[in-house]
Amino acid sequence: MQLFPCPFCGPRPETEFHYGAEAGNLRPDGAEVGADRWAGYLYMRANPKGATREIWVHMTCGEFFAMERDTIDHKIGRSLALGENAE
Amino acid sequence: MTAARLSAGGSAIDRSRPVSFSFDGRIVEAFEGDTIASALLAADIAVVGRSFKYHRPRGIWGAGVEEPNALVDVGGSQRAAPNTRATTQPVCAGLVSTSVNASPNAAADRNAFIDRFARFIPAAFYYKTFMWPDWHLFEPRIRAMAGLGKVDPNWKSRGPAEFAEQINHHCDVLVVGAGPAGLAAARLAAAAGKSVMLVDEQYRPGGSLLHRDAQIDGAPAAAWVEETVAVLEAAGHPVLSSTTAFGIYDHNLVGLNQRHHDGRPDTLWRVRPRRVVLATGAIERPLPFADNDLPGIMSADAALVYLRRYGVLLGRRVVVATNNDSAYEVSGALAAAGAEVALVDLRADALPMPAGVSPHVGRAVVSALGRMRVEGVRLDDGTTLAADSVVVSGGWTPTVHLFCQARGKLAWHEDRASFLPGDTVEGIAVAGALAGAVSLSDVFGTVERAAASFAESKTGLPRSTGTEATGAIMPAWPVPGAKGRVWIDYQNDVTAKDVELAARENFVSVEHLKRYTTLGMATDQGKTSNLAGLALMAGITGRAVPEVGTTTYRPPFTPVPLTSFAGAVGGELMSPVRRLPLENVHRASGAVFQEYGGWLRPAHYGGTDADADAVIRDEALRARGSVALFDGSTLGKIEVMGPKAAEFVDFIYYNTMSTLKPGRCRYGFMLSENGVVFDDGILIRLDEHRFIVSCSSSHVGAVHARLEEWRQDRFGRDAVYIHNATAEMATLTVSGPRSKALVEALGLGLPLDDAALPHMAIGKGTFGNDPVRVARVSFTGDRSYELSIRADRAKPLWAVLQESGKAFDAATIGLEALMILRAEKGYIVIGKDTDGTTMPHDLGVDGPRQKRGSDYVGRRSLFTDVATADYRLQFVGLRVADGEAPLSTGAHAIAKPEGAIRSQGFVTSSYHSPILRRPIALALIERGATRHGETIDLQHLGMLRRATIVAPCAFDPEGGRLNA
Ligand SMILES: [Zn+2]
Repeated sequence: MQLFPCPFCGPRPETEFHYGAEAGNLRPDGAEVGADRWAGYLYMRANPKGATREIWVHMTCGEFFAMERDTIDHKIGRSLALGENAE
Repeated sequence: MTAARLSAGGSAIDRSRPVSFSFDGRIVEAFEGDTIASALLAADIAVVGRSFKYHRPRGIWGAGVEEPNALVDVGGSQRAAPNTRATTQPVCAGLVSTSVNASPNAAADRNAFIDRFARFIPAAFYYKTFMWPDWHLFEPRIRAMAGLGKVDPNWKSRGPAEFAEQINHHCDVLVVGAGPAGLAAARLAAAAGKSVMLVDEQYRPGGSLLHRDAQIDGAPAAAWVEETVAVLEAAGHPVLSSTTAFGIYDHNLVGLNQRHHDGRPDTLWRVRPRRVVLATGAIERPLPFADNDLPGIMSADAALVYLRRYGVLLGRRVVVATNNDSAYEVSGALAAAGAEVALVDLRADALPMPAGVSPHVGRAVVSALGRMRVEGVRLDDGTTLAADSVVVSGGWTPTVHLFCQARGKLAWHEDRASFLPGDTVEGIAVAGALAGAVSLSDVFGTVERAAASFAESKTGLPRSTGTEATGAIMPAWPVPGAKGRVWIDYQNDVTAKDVELAARENFVSVEHLKRYTTLGMATDQGKTSNLAGLALMAGITGRAVPEVGTTTYRPPFTPVPLTSFAGAVGGELMSPVRRLPLENVHRASGAVFQEYGGWLRPAHYGGTDADADAVIRDEALRARGSVALFDGSTLGKIEVMGPKAAEFVDFIYYNTMSTLKPGRCRYGFMLSENGVVFDDGILIRLDEHRFIVSCSSSHVGAVHARLEEWRQDRFGRDAVYIHNATAEMATLTVSGPRSKALVEALGLGLPLDDAALPHMAIGKGTFGNDPVRVARVSFTGDRSYELSIRADRAKPLWAVLQESGKAFDAATIGLEALMILRAEKGYIVIGKDTDGTTMPHDLGVDGPRQKRGSDYVGRRSLFTDVATADYRLQFVGLRVADGEAPLSTGAHAIAKPEGAIRSQGFVTSSYHSPILRRPIALALIERGATRHGETIDLQHLGMLRRATIVAPCAFDPEGGRLNA
C-alpha cells in the first residue's frame, strides 16, 4: 500500500483515494466541437509509459488534485491542488 | 532415556508451575514457559512428525520460526491453528496438539511404507506419472496422502470473538528483531527522542543473548536485556514479543502479526515508520550428509537454546558436527551439563577444544546411522561414532527476507558463505547478523552505522566486555554424486539427488529449480534449505553461487492466519447498509424491510411472504383512494450554494435551471459527458444563491462526487459550495386526494392553498420549534407534500401524521406500492427504466437539446451519429390484452427479419395496477415513440407474449390529480 500526498491532508494510504483521469484532458466547450475532438476528449487516453500526471480525488476530504506518478516504478512525485497548476 | 530435563536451570521455564497438555493423544507434563517442542524433548519424544512426501519420521530441528519438521495442529484450550510450529507455541493447560501429515500419529504412520519406494518417486514424479488419462482422476487421493495441517472449517460460526483486531500504527523508528542489535538500535533511537517500536517473533526479547555467553558493559547480557526493555517500556515505546514482521510493502509499510497466548485471535498491525531497522539475525543451516534428517539430529544453536532456556539436555552421547566456530560454545555447554561430547570440525585449524570434548578435527560426517532415530555417525575416514544425538552447524544464513522484499539487492560473501545486503534501500537500515556481524562488538558497530540516520549521538551504545566469537567458516555444501540420501529441504522432502535430477532435465534456473523440485516452497519457505540447494546447483552447473542467484522473497515471512488479514471486515461490516432514522418506528408498525440501492427500507407494512402481493396492492389502492404516508428520507438533499450556484446548476443539468424562481422546484436530468442520463430528480431553489439537488436515493454518493468534480474543476472553490445534507433531514411524504386535508390538520403554520403553495413550489412551516420544509412535488401523480425536518425530530412528526391520518383513512405504504404508483404514471427510475445508452430524447425530453444555447454536461454527445440514429431504444408503455397476466420484466421485444430473431428492446418495469385492474408495463423499444398503437411480440424464457405499444402514462394522463 503506497502513500499518496493529498495537498490538503498530507501523506495518506492509497486506499483513501480514487483515480480521476489523466491530467490535461481539457474539455472543449460548445455544440460545434468537431466529432473527432469530442471523441478524443471522451475516450482517447495517452496511457504513457513512465512519468505521468493524473487527477486523483482524496475520498476522505473530497478534494481533487493533480499528482505526478511514474507508471513503471510507481514512484510518486508532487501533488498540486487544482488551480495551482496551468491545467 | 536420552533427552531429559535437568534438575536445575532453564531461564524461560517456571518449575513451580507444572502444566500438562496432549500430543498425539498422549499427556505430556511440562512447565509454564515451555514451548511444545521443549516439552516434547524433555519427555524424550523423538519422532514429532512425518515428512510431506515420503512420510519419513522427523524430529525437532530448531528452536524458532525456521523449524521445518515439528508442525502441529493446535486446539483444545487454545484457538485452533493448523501447521503451528511446535518451537514457537507456548504450552498451556488443556492444549491439544496433533502431528501433521501422520495417520494415526507420528510414531506409527500407516503411510510410512511410501519411503521404501522413494527411489521410484523422484521430483515431479506425480506430475509425470499421473498425466494419463487425466490428473484430476488421481488428484483427490494424492492430495489426501500429502498435505499438512487441517483447517477448522467452522471457525466463523464461533462469532465475532474470532475476528482479528487490526491496528494502524505510526512511529519514527521500527526495529525488527530484539536481539542484541535490535535492542541496542531501539535504545539509541529512544535516547535520540524518536518514537520507537521494537518487535520480535520470539516469546520474549533478547534473541541470542538469552542463551549465548555474553557480557555487556561488564555485566551478564541478560541484565542488559531486561534493563533495555524496561527503559523502552517506561518511555512508552511498544515492545512486542511473539510478533512477526511478515512483510514490507510500498513506502516501507510493515505488516506485523502478533500472537496472543490467552486465546484471543492474532492481531494484525500496519506500521508506517519513518525508518526501519532490520535486525533480523541469521538462521543456522544443516550439514549435508546421508540421512541427515533422522530424529535426534538438531541445529547446534537450538541444542543450546533447549539446554539454557528450558533446562533440557538433548542426549547423553552427543556428536557435534560443524564447519564454523559457533558450535564450540555449544559443545562446551553440553559437556559441562554432563553429556559425553565428540566435536567433528571440517576445518583442520580448529579452535581450542572446550573442556571434556573429544576432538575429530579436519573430519566430515558422511552419514548418520539409525532408522527411527539417530544412533551414531560415520566419518569420512571410516570411523563410526556412537551417539544418541547429533547437533550440527553448517553455518549461518542471514535473514534477508524483509530486506529483499523491500527491493534490496544481495551480495555474495564467499568468506562468510552467505548472502548479505549489497545495497541500500531508502528508509531501511540493517544491523547485527543481517549486516554480517558475528561478534558482539561487530554487532554494536553495525548498530552505530544503522543509527547514524536517526541518532546523532551514540550515547548509550553498549560495549561487549566478554569473549568474542569469529565468523571463520569452511563452506560445506552438498556435492553432486554423494552416496545415500542427503536431505536439503526437510519440510518438502527434497534431496540432493532431486536437485541433480532437475539439473539433468535442464531446470537449472533457480526459479525452475524451485518449482520442479518444490525446494523452499513449503510453510517454512526454505529457511534452512534454500542456500544449500542453490550452492548444489552452482556446483553441478559449474557456476558460482551468485550466478545461480536466489528466488524472489515474498511475504509472508512466516504463515499468517487469514483471519488476521480479514480482520473484522465481513458481512455488513464490509458493506454497511444505510438505515432510516425511523427504522425502529417502522419495525414497530410491522414493516418488512428490504435493501434498495444500499438503503434498508420498508417494502410493505404487515403481511407474510405468501400474501405480500395482496398487501402491496392494498397499500397502492388506498394511496389512490385517501392518503398515503411514506418515508422518503433516502431522497438526496445536496445543497449547492454560492455566487455561481445558478450558473453551476445550469451547467450540471440538461434543463435550464437558472430561470427557476426562489421557492420553486423543477424536474430535470443530469447527463454524463457521453450524453447518457445519469440521474433525474427535483431541483429546489431556496433563494438566489442556494439550491437543493434532490437526486435518486441510491445515487446520492455518485451525484455528490460528480458535483464536486465539476465544482472544483470548472467553477472553483470560492464560487460554489456543495454540502450533502441527505442524512441530516428526514423526509416524510403525504400523498393522495386527502393529503392537503391531512397536512392542514398538522397546523404547520403556512398557507396551503394552491395560490400560495402550487404544485412544484416549497413553503416553510414549523412543527413544534423545528422548521419544516414543505415541497409540493409528486412521485405518485397525486397531490403530494414532502415534509422535511431534522432527522432527530422526525419521530414525533411521523407519530402525529399517523394519529391525525386515522381520520382520513391514511395508509402507510412501503416502497413496493410506491413503485406501482409511479409506474402507473410512467415516471422513470434511473437504472431500471434506463440503461447505459439512454439519452434524454429517448425519454421524450427533447426541448433543451433543441433549444438550449448555453453549454451543459453531455451536450455535444447528444448530436453525434449515435445520438441521432433512427434505431434508438425509446421509452414507451406496453399494454397487454384484458385478462392477461403482467409481462415479465426483462422480456425482449423481438422481430424476425428473414427468420432470425432480433431484439428490439425490453421491458423495464411491469406490475399489476390495482387502480386500473390490469397489468401495466414500461419498456425501452426501438423507435418506440413513433410506434404507439403497434402490437409487438415479446419473448421471455421461451414464452411468447403480445403487447401494444402505448404512451408511458397509464393513469390520469391529463394530470388532474396533481391538484385534485
Ligand atoms: Zn485530503
